[in-house]
Amino acid sequence: MSTTELASLVIDAAFLAAAFLFIYGLKRMSSPVTAASGIRVAGLGMLVAVLASFLYVFSVSEAALPHRTVNAALAAVALILGLSWAWISGKRVEMTAMPQMVALYNGMGGGAAAAIGAVELFRAGEDLALIPLVVTIIGSLIGAISLSGSLIAWAKLDGRINGTWRIKGQQLLNGTFFVATLGLGLYIALIAHGHAPVALTALFFIGALIFGVLMTMPIGGADMPVVISLYNAFTGLAVGFEGFVLQNPALMIAGMVVGSAGTLLTLLMAKAMNRSVSNVIFSNFGATGDEQQGEIKGSMKPVDAGDAGINMRYASKVIIAPGYGLAVAQAQHKLYEFVKLLQDAGVEVKFAIHPVAGRMPGHMNVLLAEAGVPYDIIYDMEDINGEFKEADVAIVIGANDTVNPAARTNKSSPIYGMPILNVDQAKQVYVVKRGQGKGYSGVENELFFADNTNMVYGDAQKVMVSMIQAVKSLDGGGH
Amino acid sequence: MLTGFIALYIFMLAAFTGYEIIGRVPSILHTPLMSGSNFVHGIVVVGALFALLNATSITEQVIGFFGVLLGAGNAAGGYVVTERMLQMFKSSDKKKA
Repeated sequence: MSTTELASLVIDAAFLAAAFLFIYGLKRMSSPVTAASGIRVAGLGMLVAVLASFLYVFSVSEAALPHRTVNAALAAVALILGLSWAWISGKRVEMTAMPQMVALYNGMGGGAAAAIGAVELFRAGEDLALIPLVVTIIGSLIGAISLSGSLIAWAKLDGRINGTWRIKGQQLLNGTFFVATLGLGLYIALIAHGHAPVALTALFFIGALIFGVLMTMPIGGADMPVVISLYNAFTGLAVGFEGFVLQNPALMIAGMVVGSAGTLLTLLMAKAMNRSVSNVIFSNFGATGDEQQGEIKGSMKPVDAGDAGINMRYASKVIIAPGYGLAVAQAQHKLYEFVKLLQDAGVEVKFAIHPVAGRMPGHMNVLLAEAGVPYDIIYDMEDINGEFKEADVAIVIGANDTVNPAARTNKSSPIYGMPILNVDQAKQVYVVKRGQGKGYSGVENELFFADNTNMVYGDAQKVMVSMIQAVKSLDGGGH
Repeated sequence: MLTGFIALYIFMLAAFTGYEIIGRVPSILHTPLMSGSNFVHGIVVVGALFALLNATSITEQVIGFFGVLLGAGNAAGGYVVTERMLQMFKSSDKKKA
């Protein structure tokens, strides 16, 4: 057996193993008990596949033989650079910034898929058959959209781009742009048969990248998780399509598994937010005139953090509704310390988690787990919403839109119809908030003006510290 | 050669597999799973390696280089981030037990 034959046999076997390990790993990741081992199983698959693909060196095409050494050196440098940068940035990123980091890595994958397509299209003098050519074009289009779209999503979540960017006739512009880019791509495939001028091919990629930007810019921050999940599915599809062009079954299987899993995940996330995917993409938060918001009666009543803490110490049941603001203030550890004080005093404490608390479904659970809050006092919205009316105190920390009663009553509100936590039904509501600003969706919250609501202004961490001190001094003085 | 219908069979079965895996997942795992599937499509780095190793012109080498760079970032970053997220589930499970 020649070296070339042996190399390709090892490569094929490694890809088969990788495909199995990816699917098995994802399966393990879909249950909380086995999840942690799942990523390691999938990681092993990746390691096997990448190591085996070094053997490509022995089976390069005739034309590429003279460039083999240079190409291999370039590949090693690119691998090491990409790997070490991503490894370090992934280790360093704060748990609160996880969603945008996922967006960034996802965009890179989309870019890699588009790059594969570009190499195929720029490859001089090679004739691809019609079907692979069309698939290359479509994969490149999706990959490039995913790249620029994910970058915008990352920049928005990371606070590098603020607000949304909308113009009149946005959808018409986007639609025209998409059709033009797709048309150009099909021209390259069907009429030019892959031998279009370089400038035209470049124009196609630039068009796809710009469309990704146009598509993502108008989408509000609150919808970003759904968008990231959608781009994740996009990248999967792009990888699967380019895998077909490269005749690589590992890419085809992994890409298509992620494409369909990602699509389903997108639908589940959108459902958890009571939004449809087309709603997210085509008609955006606030797009339907937020001027119509009704007058809100009443006023915001501030209260001292210590007083609020003491009040909770003498309550019998307290429900906590945490939001992204809690995580930003890094107050989850102090909050849990306060919760333990309450529990020692015999208060029943529960956490109520809205499906989109944090920035993504499940994000808040991750953040609370980080602070060591045990699972059995954390409840999903459906399980705890009936209990608020029995609660003496509901305390909202850094959450806003997920507790806004306007979602139930105000039809003109952009968040109308979104399921919310029924904190307003508790006897007493405390809202811990930095200032008087609006929520992520830009909607005023009438909960803050309700008769049974008091505002505790301040940084969540400092507020928690004052509450802890107040309760401690109380119990200390009681001896 | 994986042409025509064989490719379609692979795509169909893979798509069905992905759908079945995610089917009944509790919402607390949505974020880690999105991150995990984000890691899995990092396999694109293997395709980019193939493209770069077979490059015959400067243009192809430059694009291939960035393809490998981006793909490696997708794979490595996706792994680290997912591992960190899932690590927390493990530790909190232990505490409860």
